[in-house]
This record gives sequence, structure tokens and C-alpha cells, in this order.
Amino acid sequence: MRKLLISITALSFMVGMPLLAQASPESDKKAFQGYFMKRFPGTAFEDFTNGVYSIDPMSREQWEAIEEFPPYEIAIDEGQGMFETPFKNGKTYASCFPNDGIGVRNQYPYFDTERGEVVTIVLAINECRIKNGEKPLKYKKGKIAAISAYMAYTTRGKQTDIKVSGKGAQAAYENGKQFYYARRGQLNMSCAHCHVDNSGNRIRADILSPALGHLSHFPVYRSKWGGLGTVHRRFGGCNKQVRAKPFKAQSKEYKDLEYFLTYMGNGLTWNGPGVRK
Amino acid sequence: MGSSSRKFVLVFSSLAFLAGSLALTPQISVADEAMASAGKKVAENRKKGNCFACHDYPGAVLPGNIGPKLVNMKQRYPDKKQLRDKIWDATTTSPNTIMPPFGRHHILSEQEIDNIVEFIYNL
Ligand code: HEC
Ligand code: HEC
Repeated sequence: MRKLLISITALSFMVGMPLLAQASPESDKKAFQGYFMKRFPGTAFEDFTNGVYSIDPMSREQWEAIEEFPPYEIAIDEGQGMFETPFKNGKTYASCFPNDGIGVRNQYPYFDTERGEVVTIVLAINECRIKNGEKPLKYKKGKIAAISAYMAYTTRGKQTDIKVSGKGAQAAYENGKQFYYARRGQLNMSCAHCHVDNSGNRIRADILSPALGHLSHFPVYRSKWGGLGTVHRRFGGCNKQVRAKPFKAQSKEYKDLEYFLTYMGNGLTWNGPGVRK
Repeated sequence: MGSSSRKFVLVFSSLAFLAGSLALTPQISVADEAMASAGKKVAENRKKGNCFACHDYPGAVLPGNIGPKLVNMKQRYPDKKQLRDKIWDATTTSPNTIMPPFGRHHILSEQEIDNIVEFIYNL
């Protein structure tokens, strides 16, 4: 079975591309955002940060009730506690980030030209730990999700405005874009099949959320998880749904994917942590 | 049709003979009915066809609405082979379709596809 899955993934190809293969990120973004604004004329641009609740008034009501006593609140407090507790060497996370790490979530992910790779917020958190002699944390949930929840919280209301400039950045962006539109897994579906072409439609009883604004609220508290998860945990889940082998959290594939998707949401505001079904 | 289904047909046609034609609709033999009901099970198994994740059809419970409603299949597909081909690999007729290629990707066996065809052909 494993062998079958792998060979099928290798066979996957690009389909259903509303974006031109050789367009600039800027024109891609315009086309992408324009597509969703046209598809959901009743949703204000700003509101796309609210996932499925931006397009479905029924579930929005329940969600708004949940947001009054949000289940991620404890995690924000825990994250703040960890963020402010000095490492064994006496330094804190603040020493690793611009502006002492307050309100800087919107500067991630970025392309580090010297390293030649995308740096995400949780990668930066772990690199800070390693630099200060601490062990790295696991990437999908738990402590790292809580710390990034606190960092997201202090960034609420700030704009998404990440850059793609230079050859390396462009290549990472293209790689993420290709991933998004490539068929994958035994069920042979791309991310775009569900979150672009069929956004707003129901797959069984679930309404598929639009891809625009998909990353603005991570990490997210999901009732299904019974806790917080990072965005790469979600990517892995969506890959498994189509019976594709998920990539590792913080793999190049998922980092580039996050870079592409975040760029598609430029102009929206950060509103994490969020809560979803 | 695989050899195991042929056996199935034999068993059921002898049953049909016993039961007489009373219980049968004129067009559908008992063998086809047995296939259709096996097909319904596979179609509604989440790990197999899971067809109602995307398609509504008469009797579907909480169906999705990604694909067209599965009705009047006989009129829409006078050639049953075309219907089977659609399920085997929908990308040959709709290159960008989200519908999984059930035969080409070995999601369902040939027999399971035959059974599903029988099931939806009579919807
Ligand atoms: C078979 C359909 C399907 C495919 C393919 C799929 N997803 Fe999803 N995805 C879902 C469903 C269902 C949900 C939960 C409901 C919702 O928010 O859309 C979801 C949720 C998400 C969310 C969370 C949205 C939020 O508001 O918190 C993200 C992000 C996401 N998917 C990204 C992806 C990416 C990236 C891919 C490809 C690697 C992908 N999905 C492929 C069905 C799919
Ligand atoms: C993930 C979504 C999805 C699943 C699962 C799915 N389909 Fe489809 N199906 C579609 C879409 C979309 C179309 C229309 C585009 C096309 O023709 O491929 C379609 C088209 C069809 C058609 C042609 C209908 C017509 O009006 O011509 C048939 C027949 C069909 N599907 C049967 C099935 C059966 C049987 C199953 C389960 C074994 C199934 N589908 C599973 C999405 C799906």
C-alpha cells in the first residue's frame, strides 16, 4: 500500500490552475483574491480570515458564541508564561526576535536569502531555544503551539504583508504554488480542488472553506483535536484525507506551501489564535 | 465481470427461478439486484466509494453537493460502459475533475465497480 501511494504521488500533475504558470506573485495574488471576492460577493475582504464562518451564517452563529469564551485562552496564557520565563542561561525568547517578539508574527514566514530557505514562526522559536542551549520542541502541537499562540495574539490586527523578492524566494514561492495545485494521493486531489474550485460546496456535511485567509488565524484550537495545532499539522491532516503520505512538519514542502498561501493572503489582518470545528 | 460474480449470478438465477417472477420488476433480474445491493454497500462505505460525500441521490443521507445528482442514469448513459468508464477514471472525460479515479487508482476492485454501476444505473 505504501508503495502504491508513493508511485501515485509521483504521477501527480498540475491541474485546475486558475493562476498562470509563469505569472509574478503579485499578479497571482490579484487573480487569487479576485476569484474569491467574485465567488463570495456577500463576504467582505477582511472577513475571509474567518474561514468557513466567513461564508456560512449558520455555523458562524455557533462560532461567535464559542469566541465569547474561547478555548484557546488558556494556551495564550501558558504561551506567555513560557515566553517570559528565562532559559537556563538567563536569556528569554525576546532576545531572538525584533521588537522583543511582541507583535511580530506578521513578519513570518519570510525567505532567508543567506540560508536559502523559508523561516516560519515556529522554526524561529525552536532556533531560539537551540541557540540558548535548550532542547527543540515538537512542531505540531503542545508547547510550541502555545508560544506561537501568544505571539499571534500580540500581533492581532496587523496586516499580512510578506515579500517575495530575489531568485531564491521566487523559487520557494513557485514550489509552494505547484504543491497547492498538484494532484496527490490515492484519491488524486489537489488542495485547490477542495479549497478553490469547490470552496463553499459541501463534501458530505462539511462546507469547504475558501483558501483566501487560510493562514491568518494559526495556530488553531480544533474541537476535533481537543487542543491547539500548528498549520503544518493541518496540512498533514488534509494530505491524509486524500490518502497521500503527509510530509514532516517544517519540511521544505510545507514551509514553501505556507509561504505561498500566506502571500496569497497579503492585505488581510492576523487574527490568531483561532478556533475551528 | 469476474468469475466470483458469475457464480453469484448462477446461485441467484436459480433462486429467481424458485421465487418465480412475482417479486421481480420486469427489467431487473435478481442477479442484478444482488449486485445492486452489494453496490449500494460499497458506494456508501466511507472507505470505499463514499459517493455521497459528493453526490446526492434518492435515499442518500446528508450528501455533499460537489458533483451532480445521480438520477436518471439510464437516460443519461444509454451505454452502460460509459457510466462504468466514468467511475473507473473520470479524468478521461473531465480532465480537471475532483472525482477520484476509482479503477485506475485501485480504490475499488473491478467487481466493486460493476456492482456500483448496477446500483446507480437503477437510481
Ligand atoms: C478532500 C478535500 C480536501 C482537500 C484535498 C484538502 N482539504 Fe483542507 N480542509 C478540508 C476540510 C473538509 C476542512 C475543514 C473545513 C474547512 O475549514 O474547510 C479543511 C480545512 C483546511 C484548513 C483549515 C482552515 C481553517 O479555517 O482553519 C487549511 C489551512 C487547509 N484545509 C489547507 C489545505 C491544504 C494546504 C491542502 C492541500 C495540501 C488541503 N487543505 C487539501 C478538505 C480538504
Ligand atoms: C470528491 C468528489 C466526488 C466523489 C467522491 C465522487 N464523485 Fe462522481 N463526480 C464528481 C464531480 C465533480 C462530477 C462532475 C464532473 C465529472 O464529470 O467528472 C462527478 C460526476 C459523476 C458522474 C457523471 C454524472 C453525470 O451527470 O454525467 C457519475 C455517474 C458519478 N460521478 C458517479 C460517482 C460514483 C458512483 C462515485 C462513488 C463510487 C462518485 N461519483 C464519487 C465528484 C465526485
